[in-house]
Amino acid sequence: MSVEEKHATDLITVGYLCIGCPLGCRLEVDADTITNAVVEVRGYSCRRGKDYAIQEHTAPMRLVTTTVAVDAGLWARLPVRSRTPVPKDKVKAICKHLRSIRVTAPVASGAIIWVDDREPGIEIVASRAMPAR
Amino acid sequence: MITAAPRHLRASYDVVIVGGGPAGLEAAVAARDNGAAHVLVVDRDQEAGGILLQCIHSGFGLHRFGEELTGPEYAQRVVASTLEHDIDVIADAYVLDIDERRRVKLMTTQAGVSLVEARAVVLAMGARERTRAAIRIPGTRPAGIFTAGLAQRLVNLYGLLPGRRAVILGSGDIGLIMARRLTLEGIEVAGVFEIMPYANGLNRNIVQCLHDFDIPLHLSTTVVEIRGQNRVEGVTVAPLDETLQPRLDRAWDIPCDTLLVSIGLIPENELSQQMRLRFDSATRGPVVSSAMECSRDGIFACGNVVHIHDLVDFVSAEAMVAGRSAGQYVAGTLPRPDNVQLQPGANVAYCVPHTISTEREHTVYLRARKPLDACTLQLTEPDGTPVYARKLRYVFPAEMVNLKLRPAILQNFHGSILRVNIVERATEGE
Ligand SMILES: Cc1cc2nc3c(=O)[nH]c(=O)nc-3n(C[C@H](O)[C@H](O)[C@H](O)COP(=O)(O)OP(=O)(O)OC[C@H]3O[C@@H](n4cnc5c(N)ncnc54)[C@H](O)[C@@H]3O)c2cc1C
Ligand code: SF4
Repeated sequence: MSVEEKHATDLITVGYLCIGCPLGCRLEVDADTITNAVVEVRGYSCRRGKDYAIQEHTAPMRLVTTTVAVDAGLWARLPVRSRTPVPKDKVKAICKHLRSIRVTAPVASGAIIWVDDREPGIEIVASRAMPAR
Repeated sequence: MITAAPRHLRASYDVVIVGGGPAGLEAAVAARDNGAAHVLVVDRDQEAGGILLQCIHSGFGLHRFGEELTGPEYAQRVVASTLEHDIDVIADAYVLDIDERRRVKLMTTQAGVSLVEARAVVLAMGARERTRAAIRIPGTRPAGIFTAGLAQRLVNLYGLLPGRRAVILGSGDIGLIMARRLTLEGIEVAGVFEIMPYANGLNRNIVQCLHDFDIPLHLSTTVVEIRGQNRVEGVTVAPLDETLQPRLDRAWDIPCDTLLVSIGLIPENELSQQMRLRFDSATRGPVVSSAMECSRDGIFACGNVVHIHDLVDFVSAEAMVAGRSAGQYVAGTLPRPDNVQLQPGANVAYCVPHTISTEREHTVYLRARKPLDACTLQLTEPDGTPVYARKLRYVFPAEMVNLKLRPAILQNFHGSILRVNIVERATEGE
């Protein structure tokens, strides 16, 4: 088997559930095991499904939404979100870190609660204003 | 003005709105914009915003605001708009009763019971969750059993975690959202169990709340027993056979200290029942006209109190109709009554509103009974004569269908009952 042939046959197939609409097409992605490049997508019924499969396979992103503790606020927790979606594999660690954060009311809507200095672009902001109680 | 003190209020209002969720707040703004000078919104919680305050995830507002917001962000926008419209909002106030003369009886911790007069009323009390009692799971009665929405409130507003290891019964969106929420708060979620052969929640939630965290979803499976004396110690789950009977020979035990039940919402209608409004047994909400008017003059309703919505954006749209009508009622400009009754037919669980007019444009919300692929939504006369048909790529009970009805569509229809059906269609391509 030549290198090129070997390369061409070293594909991994991964399944995804399309979230584009309630039809929930079962998508299959063939990707190169070494570069992870998508070679083929199957199972979609519309363009959205194909785009989604490629995005999900190569760079899945998620919006982080969780809460942090707030002292002296109307409620005990302040809802927060990432300003923009973050890489999926970062979500758990971000939320774990946010569990250790405490802020004090009043907090303005959109106020920056935490910036990850190791990951440029990850910024956690308040989803609402929190009045003092 | 936002207040918690009844002494800040007027003795009478043009429109009083019961419930300060998105439905109530949007209705208030629309009432102001359509002739009501003095509008009051009453909410029993400590601030207005409704269920959105605890729905910290995103997925709200794509239709209404053209961008994806979290629940609190959506709530904040509608609250801001009520304040700009000079609407009074009283929190921490419970509406106990509304009498024949539309006097609204309020109870507050500060001032006890007081009366406010209203020329029109909008009911927007939202919904509450079905509980374990509604599905009768056998076993003991230990602590550790929560509805998913209550757990959501405890976690997201009060910072109280329900336990360490949870099982979730029901695959509706609230259950799925809570599976992720608990996981992110460090609670282990052993699995989600769904009695139906299909998941009830959005695929997006299946993927982003379960798959992302390797939480198993067991379809056609249910909880058959809850164990534990003071606290839940475990549950027994079993797959179901075709007749929906649990196969006890294939049951298995799961140790856990928490069970969340997410088995649907029921419109919160004690007040409407007290007022003896006509009810629809399918929606469990009041019967409404295309003006969102109930069976009593000057009483309007919108949002989850009328029927359970899956998107808050549609709640907003419906509330704008209810609020506008309440304003018009007060101003004496309410359009002529409806002349057509809508009747749910094949595979249609319900339609809202219950009546429409052939003179105006309407949005009719309906829900299918069972999922279908390629199908046709058709309007017929009671004898089956076709009036209108529209192809749908699919229907799914968890997803509301909305139908825009224009007078042109009903041009050749002169009856008074219109039947709504969703029928299978031979797949002949899109
Ligand atoms: C967990 C969960 C997740 C959801 N996720 C999404 C989503 O991702 N995207 C989306 O678009 N939609 C979502 N929804 C749906 C959306 O939030 C609801 O459809 C919407 O909030 C309903 O609005 P409402 O105003 O009718 O009711 P509610 O928001 O429930 O408001 C009703 C208000 O009435 C008050 N009230 C009730 N009775 C009285 C009384 N007697 N006196 C005074 N006040 C009273 C209550 O305190 C409450 O504030 C979700 C809902 C839930 C529960
Ligand atoms: S591929 Fe297209 S049709 Fe299929 S689920 Fe995705 S969006 Fe829907």
